[in-house]
Amino acid sequence: MKYLPLIWRNLLRRKVRTIFTLASVFIAFVLYSFLMVVQNAFSMGVDVAGADRLVLMHKVSLIQLLPISYTQKIRAAEGVTHVGYATWFGGTYQDKANQFAVMSVNADYFELYPEAHLPADQLKTWLGDRQGAIVGRTTAEKYGWKIGDKVPLQATIWVPKEGNTWFFNVDGIYDADKGFDTTNFFFHYEYLDENRRGAYGMVGWYVLRIDDPSHAVDIASHLDAQFANSSAETKTSTEKAFLQGFVNQVGNIKAIIVSILAAVLFTLFLLVLANTMAQSVRERTSELAVLKTLGFSNGLVLTLVLMESMFLALLGGTLGLTITYFAVQGGSFNNAFLPVFIMRSRDVVIGLLLCCALGIVAGVLPATTAMRLRITDALRRT
Amino acid sequence: MFRWLSQTLAVSALSVRTIPERASSSAVAMIGIAGVVIVFVAVLSIGEGFRAAMTDAGAPDRAVVLRVGADSEMTSGLQGPATDIIKEAPGLLRVNNRPMASAELYVLVDLNKRSTGTAANVPLRGIEPETLQVRNEAKVIEGRMFQFGTNEAIVGRAASRQFSGVDLGSEFTSGNLKLRIVGIFESNGTVGETEIWCDSRLIQGIYERGNSYQSVLAKLDSPASFDTFKNWLTTNPQLNVQVRRESEFYAQQSQVMSSLIRGIGYTIAVLMGIGAVFGAILTMYTAVSTRTREIATLRALGFNTVSVLISVIAESLALAAIGGLLGGLAAYLAFNGYQTSTMNFQTFSQVAFAFAVTRSLLIQGLSYALIMGLVGGLMPAIKAARLPIATALREL
Repeated sequence: MKYLPLIWRNLLRRKVRTIFTLASVFIAFVLYSFLMVVQNAFSMGVDVAGADRLVLMHKVSLIQLLPISYTQKIRAAEGVTHVGYATWFGGTYQDKANQFAVMSVNADYFELYPEAHLPADQLKTWLGDRQGAIVGRTTAEKYGWKIGDKVPLQATIWVPKEGNTWFFNVDGIYDADKGFDTTNFFFHYEYLDENRRGAYGMVGWYVLRIDDPSHAVDIASHLDAQFANSSAETKTSTEKAFLQGFVNQVGNIKAIIVSILAAVLFTLFLLVLANTMAQSVRERTSELAVLKTLGFSNGLVLTLVLMESMFLALLGGTLGLTITYFAVQGGSFNNAFLPVFIMRSRDVVIGLLLCCALGIVAGVLPATTAMRLRITDALRRT
Repeated sequence: MFRWLSQTLAVSALSVRTIPERASSSAVAMIGIAGVVIVFVAVLSIGEGFRAAMTDAGAPDRAVVLRVGADSEMTSGLQGPATDIIKEAPGLLRVNNRPMASAELYVLVDLNKRSTGTAANVPLRGIEPETLQVRNEAKVIEGRMFQFGTNEAIVGRAASRQFSGVDLGSEFTSGNLKLRIVGIFESNGTVGETEIWCDSRLIQGIYERGNSYQSVLAKLDSPASFDTFKNWLTTNPQLNVQVRRESEFYAQQSQVMSSLIRGIGYTIAVLMGIGAVFGAILTMYTAVSTRTREIATLRALGFNTVSVLISVIAESLALAAIGGLLGGLAAYLAFNGYQTSTMNFQTFSQVAFAFAVTRSLLIQGLSYALIMGLVGGLMPAIKAARLPIATALREL
């Protein structure tokens, strides 16, 4: 640590160079953070999926409906503690572009999701209100809805018996753990089923909670076997696998993100930093020789140059990570299909590790050059 | 004026010619800018390819009829009698007194992607005998057209390439659905090629749809008849439908995805561009400082400040141009025509498409490279032009 002033002095020697190198590293890590946010959005909450939840859907496709009568059989299965069902409603608010996930669910649905936080009195109001709806904080704030508001939604899939508009009362607004979707809009299944024009007694998919995640596979195959050879065969998977299914449908986003990241880190970080360090060592040839004459060991010279490189990397990188970390809080893509907009603490840690690793890589060549300098040669140059 | 120009040219040529002497630092700017152009062109070529697959599908002389409020074919529903009324509308093209309109069903089946082996929502379209005349760009290129009244089906070229289980001659089973694939069709590389087509009656039976459809695709006798057609349908009290030109319909269906990819692409490009400009500034400062004595000598010889200024910018632009060209070329070679598929959020179904590195994208990439070069060269150029001759000559 006593060499910090020396490193600091060296960085101040060419202020312009230091500033622009730092700026480049800074931008590289702003981009890193942005790419991580994009990746988290496209992974659609797979990371926070509950291990003790299973999703049971129609075998042919998620758009095929299942009879509500399956509830009893599912509830009777061993290891199943809670059963919920949901039906995709679609719907738009005021303008066709204003879309968010609207689902009709059964009364016990919220017991399946302890991640969602809903005040007990609001839940109670909702349970007693046929037209009641529970809305995520993000959507409620976006459209300025408050508890007690009457909200009309235009039908897209389910046309009501009269007209084309469904009316709901906002009974509750839920918050949730980090990474859990707070854009959803839930309402009672009975209200949907009594007022739509057909498909009575059918639901979209079931969500069940089980007592022991290690039994997930057994319970899933037991359930699917039970509905085999019926008119609606089923496919049961863990919530994680179900969500991963969506992620796979979109394509290999991770590969794209990693490739872009590699290009960014190589061009904006490694190349710039390595060049700066090489120049700085070249300029200081005679100084380094003097240090060595004074008795600085080869190892110490190597460490000094590496520390300088890492110092630049960490300073620029930490600034980039910190600023974007705070900028991400409360932001959004403003896209109904990508509600998750987070940067995880894991991403920050990986970013810092990348800083250190690349700082060393960028410094290795110049540092070795510096270490190998022979005093006599170096002093004779200039 | 002429002297000024020849001076500028001479000094610029000198700076550009001496680039190889500063190879390592010049490479930083060049590769940096090339990297930005590669990423920029590559990301936007995804959006461009997706957009092309979707919007090229729409013809101006065709109209899509859906139920009021439905936002896609899948969420729409039309009863059989309603589709019969739609086929009587004025403005429709009639061949031998038969209306060129096709009532269709649109459902999804799970197929596995060949690349990953994971399930994907592939559209299955139920069609009528008239459909091939309405969708006249579709052509069976292998095997034959399916026979109506059987469980035969034809599969789009892109779908047969991207998904397993629907090869020519194979039998596809899912739940109660059994399809025999007897042909492969192409459709100008558009979204239709991601679909499987079979007899609409088959879907009505298996999916318990009774005598109902989801959409009617109508061929008009001319693009100008659209308003007549639309007004007749939307004012008809027996119907509850919306009518859109097919081209607009597909443009709207691709809008969320396209703008998302563009938004992400431009954000990355702008951020990376700023970073690359920093790299270019560093390179040019290095270039100016290693040539300090040279520049001062030129100035002492009577070369004016503006020529020096321009020469530094010219060098920076030259580096940027090389970087931009290299980046564009690399992106073109690596990504153009790359076949993939994704799920369109708006239709919940797969769309197969090819990355499209278009000429306009390459021009945009190169222009962007030159802008980065210009901005990166500006500050160092001013520094070079302002060098005090006396002190500069004294420097090492």
